[in-house]
Amino acid sequence: MLYQARSLLSRLLAACFLAAFSTQSMAEEEVERWGLNMTEGVTTVSRDIFGLHMNILWWCVGIGVVVFGVMFYTMLAHRKSKGAKAENFHESTTLEIIWTIIPFVILIIMAIPATTTLKQIYDTDEADMDVVITGYQWKWKYEYLGQDVSFFSLLSTPVAEIQNQQKKNPNYLLEVDEPLVIPINKKVRFLITANDVIHSWWVPDLAVKKDAIPGFMNAAWTRVEEPGIYRGQCAELCGKDHGFMPIVVKAVPQEEYDQWITERREMAAKLKAMANQTFTFDELYAKGEQVYNTVCAACHQPNGEGIPPTFPAIKGSPIATGPLAEHMDIVINGSRTNPAMAAFGDQISEVDLAAVVTFQRNAFGNNMGDTVQPIDVLKAKQQ
Amino acid sequence: MAHGPAKGFTRWLYTTNHKDIGSMYLWFSFAMFLLGGVFALVIRAELFEPGLQIVEPELFNQMTTMHGLVMVFGAVMPAFVGLANWMIPMMIGAPDMALPRMNNWSFWILPFAFAMMTSTLFMEGGAPNFGWTFYAPLSTTYAPPSVTFFIFAVHIMGASSIMGAINIIATIMNMRAPGMTYMKMPLFVWTWFITAYLLIAVMPVLAGVVTMMLFDIHFGTSFFDAAGGGDPVLFQHVFWFFGHPEVYIMILPAFGIVSAIIPTFARKPLFGYSSMVYATASIAFLSFVVWAHHMFTVGMPLAGELAFMYMTMLIAVPTGVKVFNWVTTMFRGSMTFETPMLFSVAFVILFTIGGFSGLMLAIAPADFQYHDTYFVVAHFHYVLVPGAIFSITAGVYYWLPKWCGNMYNETMGKTHFWLAFIGLNLTFFPMHFAGLSGMPRRIPDYNMMFADWNMVSSVGAFLFGAAQIMFLFNVIATIRGGQKATDEVWENPEGLEWTVASPAPYHTFSKPPQVD
Repeated sequence: MLYQARSLLSRLLAACFLAAFSTQSMAEEEVERWGLNMTEGVTTVSRDIFGLHMNILWWCVGIGVVVFGVMFYTMLAHRKSKGAKAENFHESTTLEIIWTIIPFVILIIMAIPATTTLKQIYDTDEADMDVVITGYQWKWKYEYLGQDVSFFSLLSTPVAEIQNQQKKNPNYLLEVDEPLVIPINKKVRFLITANDVIHSWWVPDLAVKKDAIPGFMNAAWTRVEEPGIYRGQCAELCGKDHGFMPIVVKAVPQEEYDQWITERREMAAKLKAMANQTFTFDELYAKGEQVYNTVCAACHQPNGEGIPPTFPAIKGSPIATGPLAEHMDIVINGSRTNPAMAAFGDQISEVDLAAVVTFQRNAFGNNMGDTVQPIDVLKAKQQ
Repeated sequence: MAHGPAKGFTRWLYTTNHKDIGSMYLWFSFAMFLLGGVFALVIRAELFEPGLQIVEPELFNQMTTMHGLVMVFGAVMPAFVGLANWMIPMMIGAPDMALPRMNNWSFWILPFAFAMMTSTLFMEGGAPNFGWTFYAPLSTTYAPPSVTFFIFAVHIMGASSIMGAINIIATIMNMRAPGMTYMKMPLFVWTWFITAYLLIAVMPVLAGVVTMMLFDIHFGTSFFDAAGGGDPVLFQHVFWFFGHPEVYIMILPAFGIVSAIIPTFARKPLFGYSSMVYATASIAFLSFVVWAHHMFTVGMPLAGELAFMYMTMLIAVPTGVKVFNWVTTMFRGSMTFETPMLFSVAFVILFTIGGFSGLMLAIAPADFQYHDTYFVVAHFHYVLVPGAIFSITAGVYYWLPKWCGNMYNETMGKTHFWLAFIGLNLTFFPMHFAGLSGMPRRIPDYNMMFADWNMVSSVGAFLFGAAQIMFLFNVIATIRGGQKATDEVWENPEGLEWTVASPAPYHTFSKPPQVD
């Protein structure tokens, strides 16, 4: 189970603590390090939450100073070694009542603003636009309601960076191929659900964290005030690559958003039209390799060997080297016995499906020699 | 003195003696503590710096899951049951536990439960990898095949805990010495009495929820599967209905231990005994009505969210009362700082810090930012490590001379304390910062902005782990020899356990003492 030949012990002993972090801080100055506190964020809600957080933090610090102050005073002053004689008092109803009532009052003072903020967070009415967010193992799907635009958003950090073969870029593990684009100063409602297990959609700068639950729809909202790129991560353990499904939100001015959504709509139409075209084997194979590496490789591994038993190998597999119809069926409709194999029929386009099946049947020494066209996928879907 | 212990292995296998069973619980718990610690060190080694170095994400998830399960069910709970076995009969003047044969059985099924659970690491598909909270459907439809063994192991642990709890309640209710009224019982007995009721109330709920999982996995039901009319959130409600009282099960006996130790070393009676009893009972009651504060982000209605927020904040009141009482007990005492006292003082300070972060987490809107981040990890480790673990350690140092008749090595004890204290704060305090800066929990790799705090945490974790070896060494050395302890061991400690000889004879209080 060792990931690399380097052993745990030699690693920790060799990498002397101070030496290690001084070299790192030279290499990666772009990233803000030694972060201490919660972000204030870029929405009214996130600022309110930050205010609540600081408020309660200071109350705790205040109480701590008093309690620990008395404690340290008594530990220094009332020591036997200093000749302190123990007194014998051990009861005071008055004191007990006082230190029951004071915290109670402090709690009420804290509960009032918390209640106001919570009501505000729950007010998902009158949104300017809706985005349906669906969590998948291990990616997010964004669907602009009523716009005919939907796409998946996947981690774009190269495997080489994760495996320490390449220098990590500042947005390591917090970057995606297609960010969620939203307009600023508009109330955007997120309708959040999941396709397999529970995920949680979290962007700290928006102070939105809502669980994505299969079979249920949760609502959240935001109104971003400043254009910018805001990064977050899945917050609920969702399996193997839970740490590798980031969220990137790009907030842009309205005009820019309008332009972007029009482009996306046209792209979607083009993609649909492509489903009727015929491609050469080489085109499909090349496209398929690309699709495989973004969609399939997380489980079936870049070398096609998988991680059995949950994630079987593609290399020499009875499905990829068996009847084509069954291969298409499992890719389009998912596995009936192993829930880890999702139904990709609705997740990726017909062209991509055709390409990836072609690739899987001919790569890793499978050499089946067959070519699948988008039209074959359409036919298989109709069956 | 009718007879002494039998010889050889059968002494331990057949024993119905509360002291023998208490010792076995404690040794078992320490073994599990080391095992769970090894899992933790694998996690910390992987998180030493960004990138994947030592384990793959799958094994990482198995490590976080097994670390949590082993520490909660294998280390903390059996340790408290071990202390209860040793101390409750001696504290209330009883000759043994009320149900000695059941006592034997409740211990001996535990090693089998943990052998079964640990064996999943070597199964095809690996050990449970869905977190110690095992949320469905990750733990049902998407679980590795070993989940069935996990379910049966949890069933056995639950049976063991329930039997242990029944035994403790039966002992306390029926076997107190004449004159030992309820309001004269030592606080350790009181806190365990209340804990035992919590166990009886919630362990069946845990058994219920894992059985529902078993049915979803093998018998085609859909309790937690929306596609079949079920609800994944139902799992969380049932789990946390068990889970929240469970966290108090792991802290109430700790309150009892430090309430015994602080008065001894402050040479002053415990301040506010009766308010301590009422505060414990209030905390236990509140623990049943706050479970959904673990689920503020699942999309509960506003009214539910508010109700659980207010209830949770309310817990700060009785908890505060306890802390104030401990501090007032110390006030104007005549204090010395032997190892048990050092651990107890650290308990009060660090548990309070864990309480503060708990209060912050109770604020539902703020929880949207804290939830499932390292801030939560910091919070519950601050209440569990300096809370449960430090109090158990304090209890062992405090009562060890009574158990084996020898004093432990004070210098080594103090060194153990300072190493553990520094190690634990280095490990867990930076996690507050990592969490607030946005690091989610249960991830095997992270962006460089979290790198520095994680490196500090990892160094601290190895220091904390090393300190425990010193503890083991000190305990073994004390059992094997050392300066003889007096019967009182400490200066005028309160309690019946100090009236018997050191080491405590195999049978104590065959004739009940009279308590006035």
